[in-house]
Amino acid sequence: MNYLTLIMAIPLLGAALIATLPQSKSLLAKQFALGTTLIAAVATIFMTTKFERSNTALQFVESYDWIKAFGIKYAVGVDGIALVLILMTALLTPIVVLAGWNESEGGRWSTKTFYILILVLQTMSFGVFAATDVFLFYVFFEAMLVPVYFLIGGYGSGERSAAAVKFLLYSLFGGLLMLASIIALYVLSGEQGGHTFDIEALSQLEMSSTTQNLLFLGFFIAFAIKAPLFPFHTWLPDAAKSATPGTSVLLLGVLDKVGTFGMIRYCLSIFPEASKTFTPLIITLSVISILYGAFLAIGAKDIKRLIAYTSISHFGFITLGIFAMTTQAQSGATLYMFNHGFSTAALFLVAGWMISRRGSSTIADFGGLQRVTPVMAWSFFIAGMSSLALPGLSSFVSEFLVLVGTFTRYPVAAVIATFGIVLAALYILIPVQRALHGPTEPGNENLKDLNLREKIAIAPVIAVIVVLGFYPSPALNIINPAAAQVVSQMGFTDPLPTHGGK
Amino acid sequence: MSEFISPTLSYSLLSPILVVFAGAIIGVLIEAFASKSIRPIAQVSVSIGTLVLALVQVWRIRSSSSTTAAMGSVIIDGPGLLLQGSILIISIIAVFLIADTENFAAAPAAIPGSSEERESIARGQQVSEVFPLTLFAVAGMLIFPVASDLITLFVALEVLSLPLYLMAGLSRRRRLLSQESALKYFLLGAFSSAFFLFGAAYLYGYSGSISFAGIRDAVVGGTGNDVFLLIGIAFLSIGLLFKVGAVPFHAWTPDVYQGAPTPVTAFMAAATKVAAFGAMLRIYYSVFANAEWSWRPLITGIAIITMVFGSLVAISQRDVKRMLAYSSIAHAGFLLTGVIALNKAGLDASIYYLFAYGIASVGAFAVVTLVRDSAGEVTDLNRWAGLGKRSPWVATSFATFLLAFAGIPLTSGFIGKFSIFSAAYESGATAVVIAGVLSSAIAAFFYIRVIVLMFFSDPLEDATSVLIPSILTRITVLFSVVVTIFLGVFPSPLLDFISNIAIFIR
Repeated sequence: MNYLTLIMAIPLLGAALIATLPQSKSLLAKQFALGTTLIAAVATIFMTTKFERSNTALQFVESYDWIKAFGIKYAVGVDGIALVLILMTALLTPIVVLAGWNESEGGRWSTKTFYILILVLQTMSFGVFAATDVFLFYVFFEAMLVPVYFLIGGYGSGERSAAAVKFLLYSLFGGLLMLASIIALYVLSGEQGGHTFDIEALSQLEMSSTTQNLLFLGFFIAFAIKAPLFPFHTWLPDAAKSATPGTSVLLLGVLDKVGTFGMIRYCLSIFPEASKTFTPLIITLSVISILYGAFLAIGAKDIKRLIAYTSISHFGFITLGIFAMTTQAQSGATLYMFNHGFSTAALFLVAGWMISRRGSSTIADFGGLQRVTPVMAWSFFIAGMSSLALPGLSSFVSEFLVLVGTFTRYPVAAVIATFGIVLAALYILIPVQRALHGPTEPGNENLKDLNLREKIAIAPVIAVIVVLGFYPSPALNIINPAAAQVVSQMGFTDPLPTHGGK
Repeated sequence: MSEFISPTLSYSLLSPILVVFAGAIIGVLIEAFASKSIRPIAQVSVSIGTLVLALVQVWRIRSSSSTTAAMGSVIIDGPGLLLQGSILIISIIAVFLIADTENFAAAPAAIPGSSEERESIARGQQVSEVFPLTLFAVAGMLIFPVASDLITLFVALEVLSLPLYLMAGLSRRRRLLSQESALKYFLLGAFSSAFFLFGAAYLYGYSGSISFAGIRDAVVGGTGNDVFLLIGIAFLSIGLLFKVGAVPFHAWTPDVYQGAPTPVTAFMAAATKVAAFGAMLRIYYSVFANAEWSWRPLITGIAIITMVFGSLVAISQRDVKRMLAYSSIAHAGFLLTGVIALNKAGLDASIYYLFAYGIASVGAFAVVTLVRDSAGEVTDLNRWAGLGKRSPWVATSFATFLLAFAGIPLTSGFIGKFSIFSAAYESGATAVVIAGVLSSAIAAFFYIRVIVLMFFSDPLEDATSVLIPSILTRITVLFSVVVTIFLGVFPSPLLDFISNIAIFIR
């Protein structure tokens, strides 16, 4: 069996195994889930070592007929971009399971169901990044909504069912627009030499520019909702606030990356001309997202909403990098996706621990945590610093690459986007100051610091943030060739700096 | 006077139809002569035995085709046999539901609340004429998609409709609602039959023939009076669109779906749709194909209105049966896109969609029969709140059917929607595809609302309970779930099977 199919099968098998456990053995279900996700992580790391970095073609390719009547194949394969995202998913899931050990207990259903949903979601996340058949991608893209929907609605807090429905309806609406585009691609491919959903073949299709623009929009809106980009972002804060911290990590860290990944893999490669046509609009929306998300974050009173708003700002950077069409920006965008996964995970997990200890998610209710719970406070601090892209932490590298790469082609956008960094300092430092420093608020005196399990969960996340901050090349070496390939396929060459090196 | 020609019939090819008629007559005889104690079991076994035997016959002749099976009145070909097979499979699982006679009035002929009714209930008399009625309706449905002249088509229409009118009035509970729905269905049905006949008369006037082949030749030749053709097509279409419940001929659907006993609703919703769309496909694909300029724009408009209207109105429904009724109206709109497609892909997709939708429909109504309180079925959606907590398996099955209706991937509904929309797009009907996609989004809203209600709401403090399903109902639900998911994950075998044999012969 091929690696990709194998790593997709592992969580599914784990889920089946958990399903056979009796309801009462919830501890065993947790242990099984952790074991399964760890095995999947090890398998993925092993797969990464087998990846040939210099080879820009898709690797670990596998293809079988699935629905022959429509030319649909089970076809998987990865380039550097997809591989990095799969690796991120594989690493984050065991951390989420370990960090949220008791998350399933406030739910409507059993612990068992919670972990089955998580594992099924993991399989689908691998699938959505690995698919090289547009139909297969769509199936994963839509089907993964179902576990997330139940995770938010069944195990979240507050207005969880309303948030779950809002999430689902937004995503379904986008998905159906994409379906219309996929149907059109299917018919076009049928007219030009046989029905197929293979990305390579679809990128060779001849389309009039009107058709291409319309179909591009079908895909792009679906991805912009997923990512989410202004003005399609309104579902995210509600969903992130209501979901459990672990689910939020998977939602913002993994699921939303499907949107930005989809822009690279589908929008750019199948509709290169339309992508160029819409670039000014998308760059504008990205810049608005960066600033608007940052302003909302500054004003946020709820810590989970705050993290969600910061993500909107960060997704603006990622989209900016993708559509700047330079190798640096493209590499930066992908690295940004990877880093954002980890820094958001750190923020959400620590925030989740803070909230469950304090029983409130309002920032004003915290204060002086530094003295009471030093480890927790420091973890939050480092996560926050990574989120504001402090040099020496991983996000700095990616944000810098995106801005540099964008500046060479769209200087104005890059300059305006730079203000996002200043605002980031505000939206991170304000909650850090209010929650961690200052006098200890009444009610916080007896909060417990992180226990061993929680320390073990957060340590690898912080390690990744720090290591990739000082030494990003292992990740960049995988990403760069693929990013360069994307840019060159679009027919762009990197502009030479006009005032550059003497 | 022409000489009398004795008819030559191909009994082998007609066997599915004949078997069902014979079973129905045996059912009538059992009802008349068998003793009360063995009647229920005898009726159930005869009905199921008959339908299974007929299905075996369909399988046996699956690769046959003939235009002369009944002196040119019936065409046996791939699409016809596929539709007959679908109707029989759907009927079998629907009969499993009907077998729970608890849903049916003990003495339907008695006036609700009258002394005769009380007396018959007190004496434990339970008539079971619903079984032969079902078989007669099935027989009509089997003829409907293979009829190849207007008279046979009309006779089949009446044979399938008349038993359904009666069956709608058989509900044990809420008898007045049930009888009202039967009367409505009958009156509107009779009205639409009149339109149908009127259209048939005009088509005869146009072409001088009642056979499909004769009308097609006239259409191709184009020598007749086009006004007659247009009037004929319009009125014939009204009759057919009434049966499938397309807007603006849908008004009966919610009332009848709500009033009829739920097992009958299941049968009616699924099997009638297959039969009626089967006939429509044959008529539009082979008889009127060359006059597409005259009907395609109109059917396109009706399809768009039907799907949008069905989806929008379903949002405001508070009764699960009415919601499913509006959902079936929306699906009639989706199915009409298959008619509009007018290509081989559209035919294959329609047949696949009909089967997948039919099975999921029966399954959904089967679940409805299970949710009850002391006064019978609970159809008020608010009281379904928290069903997922009390009976997770029942709620999960229902959720599966709803996700299939909504067209979520990995269910049969998604493959159906994809194939039917892509066929329509291929034929250039872009507007319908866009309307279809948008109304799917609207429809998703109310399907998901029900899932939210079942899983995310807390149960109300009342005695809504889920009946322990009888073994037959259990089989129906399980079979429907398995088929719905299997066809979503591995649709290839069925799709290939359909595309290999679904070719209209003329």
